[in-house]
Amino acid sequence: MIYLDHNASTPVRPEVADAMNTALRDLGANPSSAHREGQRVRAALERAREQVARFVHADASEVIFVSGGTEGDHLALMGAAWAQRERGMRVAYAAIEHHAVHGAADVLHELGWSHAELPCEPTGITLPAAIDALPQGTTVVSLMLANNETGVLQPVAALTERAHARGMLVHCDAVQAAGKVPVDFAALGVDFLVLSGHKFGGPKGAAALIARKGAPLSPLMRGSGHERGRRGGTENVAGIVGLGLAAELAGVSLAAESTRLLALRERFERGLRLVSPDAHVHGERSPRLPNTVNASFPGARSDSLLMALDARGVMVSAGAACASGAVEPSPVLRAMAVPHELAISALRFSFGRETTQAQLDEALAIIAEALQVARRVTAAGAPA
Amino acid sequence: MRVLAAMSGGVDSAVAAALLAEQGHEVHGVTLRLACYGKTPMSPKACCTLDAIDDARRVATAMNFPYQVVDAEDVFKHRVMMPFVDGYASGRTPYPCALCNQHLKFGDLVTRMELIGADRLATGHYAQVHEAADGTLGLFRAVSHEKDQTYALALVPYAALARVTLPLGALTKPEVRAHGERLGLSCWDKVESQDLCFVPDGDYAGYIQNTLGDSRGSTPGDFVNTLGERIGTHRGIVHYTVGQRRGLALTAAARLYVLDIDAAGNTVTVGPREALEESGLVTQRMNWLMSAPPAEGTRVLARIRYNHAGAMATLSHTDDGAVIARFDVPQVAVAPGQLAVFYDDDRCLGGAAIASSLRDRASAPVRAAAGLPALA
Repeated sequence: MIYLDHNASTPVRPEVADAMNTALRDLGANPSSAHREGQRVRAALERAREQVARFVHADASEVIFVSGGTEGDHLALMGAAWAQRERGMRVAYAAIEHHAVHGAADVLHELGWSHAELPCEPTGITLPAAIDALPQGTTVVSLMLANNETGVLQPVAALTERAHARGMLVHCDAVQAAGKVPVDFAALGVDFLVLSGHKFGGPKGAAALIARKGAPLSPLMRGSGHERGRRGGTENVAGIVGLGLAAELAGVSLAAESTRLLALRERFERGLRLVSPDAHVHGERSPRLPNTVNASFPGARSDSLLMALDARGVMVSAGAACASGAVEPSPVLRAMAVPHELAISALRFSFGRETTQAQLDEALAIIAEALQVARRVTAAGAPA
Repeated sequence: MRVLAAMSGGVDSAVAAALLAEQGHEVHGVTLRLACYGKTPMSPKACCTLDAIDDARRVATAMNFPYQVVDAEDVFKHRVMMPFVDGYASGRTPYPCALCNQHLKFGDLVTRMELIGADRLATGHYAQVHEAADGTLGLFRAVSHEKDQTYALALVPYAALARVTLPLGALTKPEVRAHGERLGLSCWDKVESQDLCFVPDGDYAGYIQNTLGDSRGSTPGDFVNTLGERIGTHRGIVHYTVGQRRGLALTAAARLYVLDIDAAGNTVTVGPREALEESGLVTQRMNWLMSAPPAEGTRVLARIRYNHAGAMATLSHTDDGAVIARFDVPQVAVAPGQLAVFYDDDRCLGGAAIASSLRDRASAPVRAAAGLPALA
């Protein structure tokens, strides 16, 4: 089995699994309890908070633990919009944002907010000038750091500068970037930033929203003052312990790992072109994550390719999956003005810690075979 | 062998796939997504809803085989839905399940077998594929005649038979449910789907108008009797089927049945039950489930709708690949668009949509009423 779907989720590091196992066994009390056992659990939580803060160059007091990227995006966008509702009821986000941001904007829309989309260039990049076109009364703009499908990195610092000049707060979805490229909360200048453990060796279900000190934020879930009153609910202690350790380990290996992944990516892209000279790599000339390749193979539909690859032991993703699990053309590629025929034949390959050159070479041979089969099936199945 | 198992989420296809897995075959489950479910799940009775997909996935998990959902919306739309709507709008009574079997399950999925290198496609149909007396492959009725689905399989390409396996052909429904329960499949006692999967409430006319926004065939027009006299107003031809008695909202001394639907003139002819009787029918181009078409004059059992027990008939071929089937005893409600499927004992020889009844339906009673001799 060759797993090339690390952007969807990457395996938990063994050290992280051990730490979580220990936490599950040993940290039985509630971190909010005043007694010594509670304090012991609380200490583990705060250690993780510091690990996460160091990982993204933030202050520990700015770290809010949440259940995942989706919750982090909802809390940032909705919480900041709600806190500023007297200033205006408009939000904005890049067209290529993750479903989680679109979902939060949908909820705001139902509550009376209007929203605007920042267009994306065919390069996959959202240009800072797009900020200038946003209507007055926009209070929050959501901008991802690295696109989950193409890996294209966004000029978030420049976008943020323009947004701040117009009095807007900026939320940055860094879920896909964290652990693959350096993420510096302070240098980006954003007001909110979200990262998720299972994208860099931590567990699913543990994530963090970084909220700049003093940034207006209304909590969505209110309880008894957890997370400084910003997110109610007893903390997922074992998950958070895992998240913290994963952040620390990812920070340590980041430089070497991203160099290694970039070399793999370049070799893999050359290989793809040999296998399929008409392959089209999306965002090819843009700065991208070192582990992500999104390519279209004309004449071979994504779902056929996925099935052929899966049967041959290569695990990849295609576009976005709908509620049923079926593959749909990606809204990200549509926003990049990728023609429909190419959009329905796109695959995302994403590498991780365990990916080796030998694996990728083997994968390329399998891709060559799968392409032949998928092209035959696609041609035979074309509707009248 | 490696098997691609079509799974609708219902108990039949689940048990078919699970039995093969239990026998040690390498099963890959697949559900065709036929429509976008978006945020409005369809009736729990219908197949292929999100719930159905969950059920199918659960079976795959329980039996430990891989499972995928593949999008077949385009094929479904072009090969099943559009012909369905066109059929109703032109006064016929289409049978979309046959088209779905032909183009989706035994078309699109057969094509996709190559993706996983499958030796066979498995479905949960109650029918059997095996060698006939002459050594060639044939499609045969299920052991359980009550559940037999060969009528719905009559348009399947003959070549596909060599690539399919139908594990339920020799089982009864209670046996299938018992296997489901024995294997711990959660769907074993699920309600059977009866209506069209994409029109779970059975309101075809409403579906065509409301969901598809197609207003063809929904303009009110005249009900006429067999003499061509106007006797009322119909609601639009999509609401009627040849042989229909209920829902006509006409008052008459005798019970009235729909005899004929004329899309061009937007009229619906009604008359007494006797006038529904037809001596035979003409098909569209036949799909033969045999290596060569049967000889001229072959005696067959002809079934003209899903629940029709069948009537003996004699076949003669036309130049364009259709057949004329002459019944021994006249049959009522020969509805264009429904399939005529022909059998030699338990073997399904093939089928095609009914193009028309053998005689011009409206004119026969008119001629009789006028005292003219019937046409040959």
